[in-house]
Amino acid sequence: MQTLELQKTAAQVRIQIIKSLNKAGSGHPGGSLSMADVVTVLYFDEMNIDPADPKMEGRDKLILSKGHAGPVQYAALALRGYFPKEDLQTLRKLGSKLQGHPDMKKVPGIEMSTGSLGQGFAAANGFALANKLNDDPGRIYVVLGDGELQEGIVWEAAMAAGHYKLDNMVAIVDHNGLQIDGRNDDVMKVTPIEDKFAAFGWNVLTIDGHDIDQIKDAFSKARECKGMPTVIVAETVKGKGVSFMEGQAGWHGKAPDDEQTAQAIEELGGEA
Amino acid sequence: MADKIATRQAYGEVLVELGADHPELVVMDADLSGSTKTGMFAKAYPDRFFNMGIAEQGMYATAAGLALSGKTVCASTFAMFAAGRAYEIIRNSIGYNKANVKICATHAGITVGEDGASHQTFEDIALMREIPGMTVLNPSDAVSAKKLIRLAVDFDGPCYIRLGRASVPVFYGEDAQLEIGKGNLLREGKDMTIIATGIMISEAMEAAEALAADGIDARVIDIHTIKPIDEEIIIKAAQETGAIVTAEEHSVLGGLGSAVSEVVVKNCPVKMAFVGQDDVFGESGKPDELKAKYGMDKDAIIKAVKGLL
Repeated sequence: MQTLELQKTAAQVRIQIIKSLNKAGSGHPGGSLSMADVVTVLYFDEMNIDPADPKMEGRDKLILSKGHAGPVQYAALALRGYFPKEDLQTLRKLGSKLQGHPDMKKVPGIEMSTGSLGQGFAAANGFALANKLNDDPGRIYVVLGDGELQEGIVWEAAMAAGHYKLDNMVAIVDHNGLQIDGRNDDVMKVTPIEDKFAAFGWNVLTIDGHDIDQIKDAFSKARECKGMPTVIVAETVKGKGVSFMEGQAGWHGKAPDDEQTAQAIEELGGEA
Repeated sequence: MADKIATRQAYGEVLVELGADHPELVVMDADLSGSTKTGMFAKAYPDRFFNMGIAEQGMYATAAGLALSGKTVCASTFAMFAAGRAYEIIRNSIGYNKANVKICATHAGITVGEDGASHQTFEDIALMREIPGMTVLNPSDAVSAKKLIRLAVDFDGPCYIRLGRASVPVFYGEDAQLEIGKGNLLREGKDMTIIATGIMISEAMEAAEALAADGIDARVIDIHTIKPIDEEIIIKAAQETGAIVTAEEHSVLGGLGSAVSEVVVKNCPVKMAFVGQDDVFGESGKPDELKAKYGMDKDAIIKAVKGLL
């Protein structure tokens, strides 16, 4: 897909995030918006997938280790045709398939239920190892938050991925610098992220996580890298695309009201 | 005297047997493959064995990923670090996803022996049976361990299998019929029932012999499947014998005793007594010394039976 088209799609993903969270009355806009560009490129350009056949043999898989960003994955899946866009309005409601954190048993396209931080990353190693055993060409993508890097299991998994040379796996770190209690640097410093992964035997790329061309280029470089897993440190802005949410830790886990929702949709160029 | 074999040894042997006709079987360990006996599988099928290092949490989440990709996974470490350390990973990555992972946890209970309290878990059955959809198995000897592990590998879903370090008497014959979710009546009796699990089975049988000499006719039942528990055999025992002693190498809180009580109280309340680790930590010592000191042997069962009648 062309860059301009992906940019437009990412804006629509953001609008659906805002609308679904407004309807839900709770949820996590900040870290969903910061990953909208990366997740859009994955679902609309990078990954070998078929919405009509979510369990297609040999498909690529995305595991959202930062499961609280479920709204960005739900929005992308809906717009890609996995389920009707109207379903997004049921987010977090009783009986909805769109749980507060993704549930693989309920939503087509969700490969694993996540939400408890760090586990999706270690599980991604399992998906990647299985594909190696099966000579399955499918690639494994896993999205982590920067605050999530504070979990011990993340480094167990980073060590194992390097040890087993999982070059069929790509981790994307959403480096927006903020977590619930404030700045990473104040809560628990996670930088330098690049050096940590490099020390565990990873191919490390750093990009502007909102630049579609840089995102596409990074995935292409990751595919060419053999013998080691790739991590893409995506420098992002929490709440990206909505002026009053950008860079505000307070928008980690709070839904916009009707007025804020209208303003956000307008800023994002309106619903297509 | 019957042969004595550790259930972990049976585990290693059956893994090698299963490897041949289960190409989807993958085995994992966390740097204890010599002790858990997964090393036997590693030697036979090196391509399907993954040592994850001393990283139990990562191992069980990775096991979930392998299972969600269609593999059958047996992932092992000591019970303390499986059910204990990795509890929440097992709950969320394996349990919630219904991943086909068999958590084959060795060195459970007091018979870990000399390693002492930090390595002796009495909480694992309680923790694992709380997880929705988790099958919990506790074989009593080498024969039942092999049979139950085979059955576990043949069904799709999460399962916790409790195995021991110490050599224990081989009790079941090779022709024994075992079914997940079905208790085994090992000895008929009308005065009371001893419901035991794991290595307490042989203690329970010895206790029943001794009680018979005192004129007490004790029934003995092996509950090798703690979950789903065999309600029928328990209710029948309560109705027909009127008193139940449970015996387990586990805390008296939350394990077999609690699981049996839940059935008894709902269906046919009778007097019960509980043999197990009595809400204390263990210590270093020889397995038999520890079983005696902490009240998890034949004598403790006899005392409990006599206290109840």
